[in-house]
Amino acid sequence: MANKNSNKSKIIYTLLAWTISGMIFFPILWTLITSFKTEAEAISASPSLFMFDWTLVNYSDVLNRSPYFDHFWNSVVISVGSSLLGLLIAIPAAWSMAFVQNKRTKNLLMWMLSTKMLPPVGVLIPIYLLFRDFSLLDTKLGLVIVMTLINLPIMVWMLYTYFKEIPHEILEASRMDGAGIVEEIFHVLLPIALPGIASTLLLNVILAWNEAFWTLILTAANAAPLTAFIASYSSPEGLFYAKLSAASAMAIVPILILGWFSQKQLVRGLSFGAVK
Amino acid sequence: MATTQSRTLARIMLFPSVILLLAWMIVPLCMTLYFSFLDYNLLIPGNNDFVGFLNYEFFLTDPAFIESFFNTLWLVGGVLLITICGGIGLAILLDQAIWGRNYVRIMVLAPFFVMPTVSALVWKNMFMNPVNGLFAHFANWLGFAPVDFFAQIPLLSIIIIVSWQWLPFAALILLTAIQSLDREQLEAADLDGAGPFSKFYYIVLPHLSRAITAVILIETIFLLSIFAEILVTTSGGPGYASTNITYLIYTQSLLQFDVGGGSAGGIVAVIIANIVAIFLMRLIGKNLED
Repeated sequence: MANKNSNKSKIIYTLLAWTISGMIFFPILWTLITSFKTEAEAISASPSLFMFDWTLVNYSDVLNRSPYFDHFWNSVVISVGSSLLGLLIAIPAAWSMAFVQNKRTKNLLMWMLSTKMLPPVGVLIPIYLLFRDFSLLDTKLGLVIVMTLINLPIMVWMLYTYFKEIPHEILEASRMDGAGIVEEIFHVLLPIALPGIASTLLLNVILAWNEAFWTLILTAANAAPLTAFIASYSSPEGLFYAKLSAASAMAIVPILILGWFSQKQLVRGLSFGAVK
Repeated sequence: MATTQSRTLARIMLFPSVILLLAWMIVPLCMTLYFSFLDYNLLIPGNNDFVGFLNYEFFLTDPAFIESFFNTLWLVGGVLLITICGGIGLAILLDQAIWGRNYVRIMVLAPFFVMPTVSALVWKNMFMNPVNGLFAHFANWLGFAPVDFFAQIPLLSIIIIVSWQWLPFAALILLTAIQSLDREQLEAADLDGAGPFSKFYYIVLPHLSRAITAVILIETIFLLSIFAEILVTTSGGPGYASTNITYLIYTQSLLQFDVGGGSAGGIVAVIIANIVAIFLMRLIGKNLED
């Protein structure tokens, strides 16, 4: 009796969950489907989910008639470049906070997190003017610098939480064996910490890829990543839904796949430790 | 255990992060503060005279500020309401035994990974367009006049788009929290004959309270700075109907080149964000101590 009841509720919950999640996912699905339609079908008053002539023409149009690949490459350079540079700076900081703690560690960590809470408009004008004076406007280098700085607190924080989980005994054992601090980091700490470092890298690539304040403000034709390039589709001429969909699909699918792997890191990185 | 040598090394290793973040935060912020007291416009060359609090007076008494202040409140409040309520519902649903839970999770989480400009443009064109959008087709099919979303309800339209982006975040955090709920407590409540609503109200909701507070504070910090979604959909219009404080400061600073006024606005935005940040920092501090 109880079993039958729980089976019934499982069916109801499953149906409900699939319906709701299907609705939430629908805009993405619809974008993917529309990217394979012709422009005429894309705006048809009786839109079809699957029964239309599938075509790749939008993809070839977007790739051939606009500098799409350049902007895609900008996105790759900015997001991966800033994440790697950030790791280089954040790993030593997180290591020292996790393993050489003192009274100030907690305050320092909280101060670092607080910089993430500063609204970007608070520093908009100085950054813009400094970028102008140093000829960094519309350069990939400029954006790599900004992305590194805005994601640095999250990187230090995430790495700190991963490093904290490494048992101190392992380090002490290696010290007993006479390992110096450099060997300690490269031969003992890094191999254990590698999964955490990879997770941090992954989440920060995603965050930098999708960042849409500084990328929109500090770039124009040259260094614009996909966020800024796709924003240029906001003033359309003529029929363009299918092309917008194709350009969007290519911009979001890689990150959707990466995002799937980073669900757990998302909670760790973006909850700032306010949720356990 | 830590030797003097390792302590010195630790300090050296901390140095780059601390210096960079200090430079990134303190230097530009001081410049903003300094500019906010100047009569400084990039289009009007002049002496950039010191004008005291005049920029603040202009900014705070500008009707555009009042309107965008309330727009910001509506935007943040509306998105919080939708994502928290929806997030609790989704978290409870995803916590049940269901078939294909992993696929459901992926679909629910997906919108968070879509870049803001793409989600805003997809919603704007393919769903909310009054002629060719899916909602318009649906309204026509039902025999209603289609809604012109960005002309008639611009702010609500942006609330819908932003809620779609942030619902996954709330759901994921709350799901993580709900999974740490003590199952025996629920079973005990079952034995005592508690219904689903009293179980939710007396057991689940109190258990989630800390996570809900965290989601509210974190989302607020990010939602105060919503920008791209407004830029590509309404550009703040019609009039100032969908301008938030972030967007207002952007137009003053980079479209009107009013460095003084934009800086005063920037400082106001920092103060507003700090009020939220103080509460968030307290919560984080508490968790770090436990």
